[in-house]
Amino acid sequence: MAEAIRRQAPLSRWVIYAVLILFAAFYLVPLLVTVLNSVRTEQDIGSTSVVGWPRELALSNFGKAWGTYCIAQRCEGISPFMLNSIMMVVPATIISTLIGALNGYSIALWRFRGDNWVFGIITLGVFLPEQMKLVPWTLVLRDLGLSNTITALVFIHVIQGISFTTLFCRNYYVAIPPDLLKAAKIDGAGYFRIFWRIVLPLSPPILIVTVIWQFTHIWNEFLYGVTFTTGAQQPVTAALIALSVSVAEAPQYGVQSAAVLIAALPTLLVYLFGGKYFLRGLTAGAVK
Amino acid sequence: MSALRIAGVRKRFGAQEVLKGIDLEVDSGEFLVLVGPSGCGKSTLLNIIAGLEAPGEGTVEIGSRLVNDVEPKDRDIAMVFQSYALYPTMTVRQNITFGMECRNVPKRAQDEAVERVSRLLQIDQLLHRKPSQLSGGQRQRVAMGRALVRDPTLFLFDEPLSNLDAKLRVEMRLEIKQLHRRIGATIVYVTHDQIEAMTMATRIAVMHQGEVQQFADPETIYNRPANLFVARFMGAPPMNCVSARVVSAGDGLAAVIGAGRPDAIQLPLSREAEAGAGAFKDRAVVLGIRPECIAEEDRRFGADERGSIAVEAPVEMTEPTGAETIVLMRLGGEQLLGRVSPDVRLPVGGNARFAVDARKLCLFDPATERLIA
Ligand SMILES: Nc1ncnc2c1ncn2[C@@H]1O[C@H](COP(=O)(O)OP(=O)(O)OP(=O)(O)O)[C@@H](O)[C@H]1O
Ligand SMILES: [Mg+2]
Repeated sequence: MAEAIRRQAPLSRWVIYAVLILFAAFYLVPLLVTVLNSVRTEQDIGSTSVVGWPRELALSNFGKAWGTYCIAQRCEGISPFMLNSIMMVVPATIISTLIGALNGYSIALWRFRGDNWVFGIITLGVFLPEQMKLVPWTLVLRDLGLSNTITALVFIHVIQGISFTTLFCRNYYVAIPPDLLKAAKIDGAGYFRIFWRIVLPLSPPILIVTVIWQFTHIWNEFLYGVTFTTGAQQPVTAALIALSVSVAEAPQYGVQSAAVLIAALPTLLVYLFGGKYFLRGLTAGAVK
Repeated sequence: MSALRIAGVRKRFGAQEVLKGIDLEVDSGEFLVLVGPSGCGKSTLLNIIAGLEAPGEGTVEIGSRLVNDVEPKDRDIAMVFQSYALYPTMTVRQNITFGMECRNVPKRAQDEAVERVSRLLQIDQLLHRKPSQLSGGQRQRVAMGRALVRDPTLFLFDEPLSNLDAKLRVEMRLEIKQLHRRIGATIVYVTHDQIEAMTMATRIAVMHQGEVQQFADPETIYNRPANLFVARFMGAPPMNCVSARVVSAGDGLAAVIGAGRPDAIQLPLSREAEAGAGAFKDRAVVLGIRPECIAEEDRRFGADERGSIAVEAPVEMTEPTGAETIVLMRLGGEQLLGRVSPDVRLPVGGNARFAVDARKLCLFDPATERLIA
């Protein structure tokens, strides 16, 4: 009986491995094809197919994609759009995280009339689809005179991000013992001093989670980018589309692949360097 | 001078009434202990005194000043929490100075205060550490230090020793008591440990289900419990409470345990007790007798020979603690605990003779459970 199990175990394990590898391969093939194409010359791709090993390593694709490739009549590559994205993602991430922390702190640690309602309404935003908000945003941006600006995207992402950042921070801060706040109140600290001196120093784990989440989400966001900006104001995700449709002559898969990889680089780096903090932060408690 | 006066304080959380009209008055320099079982509302009352919770009704005065609408920081109080509530990201020094920083105390004065308090509590070696690098006892000291840098009208302690192991708790108990004597501060101290209450308090308020059952000095609480709850809650092992009958005996009154039985025991009541017991003549009462009032047969209680009554009773169980032996016996059909000298050998299952101290009997009304004599 025991022997039967022992003989059986490796087989079932191989089946599991096979299935997992198959799925992983499925998932990774597009990435692999893109990486391979980014270092193939156009002749190489043209003479064989979009799927194939590079005959020689053509790193020039990256240089072209970055600086000289023509997108929508401008031949500056994707670098201006990368800059746009950075100008959008950095302030939007920082501001939405700070507001989320302050909101989470207020909702988790201060009792006020209707606090549960406020929390419920804010987190409702997590579940609303982007498309639903396109028309309202159009009207708001028009009235504020922000149409077709990076500032508009920062504004949108800050507001939209508050739902998530508040949810994250509030759920982290509820674990802070209420006695800590009572002690601080008796010591004479007020709302902002308690936040600044006691709550914020406890927050790095959740702030890292929130920043990573907001950064990748805002960087990869596409719909608002194409809808509310055009031409030189677009973030890189929106510009990449222009890149693939604006090519009059034969498609340049090599350069396009390189451009996509450059555009994906910031979030990949965040994943590589921040991933472990992200997982750690999600499971960390506020006070050991 | 009254340091704290609480009048008619009520508090409810939703449908549950947690405090049902509390009245207390504490003089300056007193050590008041609020004691009671878990959930009786001690912490809620302390939080109301501190201003961390608003009373539904009633008034709180600290140092003869009405403070109902005063912020916690302006109430001139310092508080030590059961969980210590040390700020986890600050060093011990920062924990101690944070309050002074909030009150804009000059840096020089802050340093002096830290110096004084850390020497007093022997935590001067720990000032640069974080709370997570301290032992339980050290954290407790830091929490005390944070309170002691102030010179408040009132110190509030919410079960500050309940997270310590037994040995440390006894040590800290003595230290807090000495500290109180040295600095002469007024302290309100919450605990559910009746030994802490007895050993530290100048006055005790016994609480149960949101009401003060008795508010008196430790001796009165122990010897003259106002009702059966207090009688059973204070003392370890607790007071024996058995049903009895008041009868006339000679020219006075006596209480009989197991009236009508062949093994009935008759205990004469003192002159003082007779006054209250008169109304219950020939009626049932609850008799309260402390275990230490039942001892080995040759024990003499006080100078007066007549206080000591000899009885014979079957021994059901013995529990040697080292310093004494707790004995479970049967008197007039009721089970009672006695405390005998450890070198007396008692026959478990057989009969033994005991001496009973009848001077400190308590009688309770079985209906209202209140002390009648
Ligand atoms: N914020 C609150 N909301 C609702 N109920 C509460 C709240 N705080 C306390 N209670 C309830 O009030 C009662 C008294 O609580 P309290 O903390 O004062 O008890 P305690 O005497 O300090 O008990 P312990 O010895 O366990 O600390 C309990 O039944 C508790 O459940
Ligand atoms: Mg409590």
